[in-house]
Amino acid sequence: MKIIKKLCAVALLLAMPAVAMASGAAVHLDTAPVNLQDTASLQRGAKLFTSRCLACHSAVSMRYNRLGDIGMTDEQIKVDLQLPEDVKVGSTMMATMDANSAKLAFGVTPPDLSVISRSRSADWLYSYMRGFHVDSTRPSGWNNTVFPGVAMPNVMADLQGEQELESHEGHGAGKLVLKTPGSLTPVAYDAAVADLTNYLVFMGEPAKMVRYQLGWIVLGFLSLMFVLVYALKKEIWKDIH
Amino acid sequence: MMNLLTKLVGWIDERFPLVSMWKEHVSEYYAPKNFNFWYFFGSLAMLLLVIQIVSGIFLTMNYKPDALFAFTSVEYIMRDVQWGWLLRYIHSTGASMFFVVIYLHMFRGIMYGSYRKPRELLWIIGMIIYLALMGEAFMGYLLPWGQMSFWGAQVIVNLFSSVPFIGQDLAILIRGDFVVSDITLNRFFALHVVAIPLILVLIVIAHLVALHEVGSNNPDGIEIKKHKDANGKPLDGIPFHPYYTVKDGVGVMGFLIVFCAIVFFAPDMGGYFLEYNNFVPANPMKTPEHIAPVWYFTPYYAILRAVPPLFGSQFPGVVAMGIATVAFFFLPWLDRGKVKSIRYRGPLYKAFLASFVVSFVGLGWLGLMPSTPTYTIFSQILAVVYFAFFLLMPWYTKIDKCKPEPDRVTFK
Repeated sequence: MKIIKKLCAVALLLAMPAVAMASGAAVHLDTAPVNLQDTASLQRGAKLFTSRCLACHSAVSMRYNRLGDIGMTDEQIKVDLQLPEDVKVGSTMMATMDANSAKLAFGVTPPDLSVISRSRSADWLYSYMRGFHVDSTRPSGWNNTVFPGVAMPNVMADLQGEQELESHEGHGAGKLVLKTPGSLTPVAYDAAVADLTNYLVFMGEPAKMVRYQLGWIVLGFLSLMFVLVYALKKEIWKDIH
Repeated sequence: MMNLLTKLVGWIDERFPLVSMWKEHVSEYYAPKNFNFWYFFGSLAMLLLVIQIVSGIFLTMNYKPDALFAFTSVEYIMRDVQWGWLLRYIHSTGASMFFVVIYLHMFRGIMYGSYRKPRELLWIIGMIIYLALMGEAFMGYLLPWGQMSFWGAQVIVNLFSSVPFIGQDLAILIRGDFVVSDITLNRFFALHVVAIPLILVLIVIAHLVALHEVGSNNPDGIEIKKHKDANGKPLDGIPFHPYYTVKDGVGVMGFLIVFCAIVFFAPDMGGYFLEYNNFVPANPMKTPEHIAPVWYFTPYYAILRAVPPLFGSQFPGVVAMGIATVAFFFLPWLDRGKVKSIRYRGPLYKAFLASFVVSFVGLGWLGLMPSTPTYTIFSQILAVVYFAFFLLMPWYTKIDKCKPEPDRVTFK
């Protein structure tokens, strides 16, 4: 047994540098300040999402009235999010543009965003939405440092302004520089994107906070049961020698 | 009240061997008293089978086995079905934990020589359960219809097409189509929810019947039936109930704490239990850059990739992978040791077992990584170590310097 333990430890140590090598990602991602308890941020994110993203993207698994989980009443959902007359609060979030027209316009169908935070990660989304820069070689006029060659234009350019990629001589990816300012300062824009990312994380799994709360109760109950069953075991086994 | 209950049991017992079955398999089944930590995993595997069947039944009520709706029906379960997220996470965590438990259960058997005479058939039935479980997990993984579901299934089914002569037809027979499609999804669903669970339940019963026929092994690897009292009961044996029902109860509670910690706080386990790419709907037109099977298949996947192709065919790798899986079947006849348990084995066996563990874990990790020339060399070395454990076993177990076994089991 001791030999097994020692060998396992040696194998783990040997594997360490390999792990470090493998996780050296190609693109640097900024850490998204996600806070699912900040309902004000989540609501701001929901507004940005419905006004900006839903034009082309859908979220077919997300119902509008699920926003009740982040403190929005049905009335707020209708008014604040400017739901069209024919869309009910119990409906799922469909894109304004139909998929075929979107494919004609962009060359690809904009992906559904219901679980985008689970496939891409919050950090990726946060960095991606801040990584747009003008690029005249692209059909849309835009490119992205996180997703090079992306078909999507910067739909928040009026807020962010226009960034350009200044390439360094010889090595490394370039540096993004704000050439034309938008209606938001860079700090305010980052905060808006943080709200949007926060919302996308919520939308990826709306039950997440319930899951955490329930988890502590379940673990508390099981710990108590463990103690009781262990005491019972001790009692029953006391005559076995 | 008690009188009524006794009467009812009496009524049943005249028509069905209820009391004698209870006695034979529970209250008068004598198990060695020296079971340690490693002996929890048998009952935990049973618990997981029940968890998977029950959670699976409720998932089936809401899931749609249709290429157009499968992905969204899983998200529907996660959002609109009451407690659906809990059912789904219990089932997905249960799948991975089933393999954790089964691997530890198998390792226990290897460590203490539980496969040795008279338990060869018990071991073989257990290995059939393991193979059935792999099939069950593989087919279940297609059902969420994400990118990894689709491409994982595509890669594995394609392995069958490398079989000479009949390969292409075999792959079509499995898929029911020329690529993994709606038809494949439907038949995998049928096999996952009906066929394989039925087989699993039946062979698990056979596993228990065989166990109760020969009796349990123990960490000392000696037979408790050698020393019996005047009534013919093993001196070192204790009735399964209440002693092991309550002890396994402790194991169950400990396990459930770990299990629920995962279900409630880390159901995707950093991408190992639920792969991130599987949150992208299956797209037959877009191959992901890196296709990795779920962690419990990766040791075999690494062996597959370690073997170089022959005349452009992957078949040698597929054969190596197959042999790696079924090698366990032959352990009862490969092992020539004088003793069963690792406690009394010599240093040679311990070294080989330790290197086997390192190779299994190492291959598992390499199978998750993208293939690079360095990793391939690592995989090849570890694959050799893996097979050496089996192939050299008749030799190293025979010449190993064993310690003498005790006459009676060691307890505390």
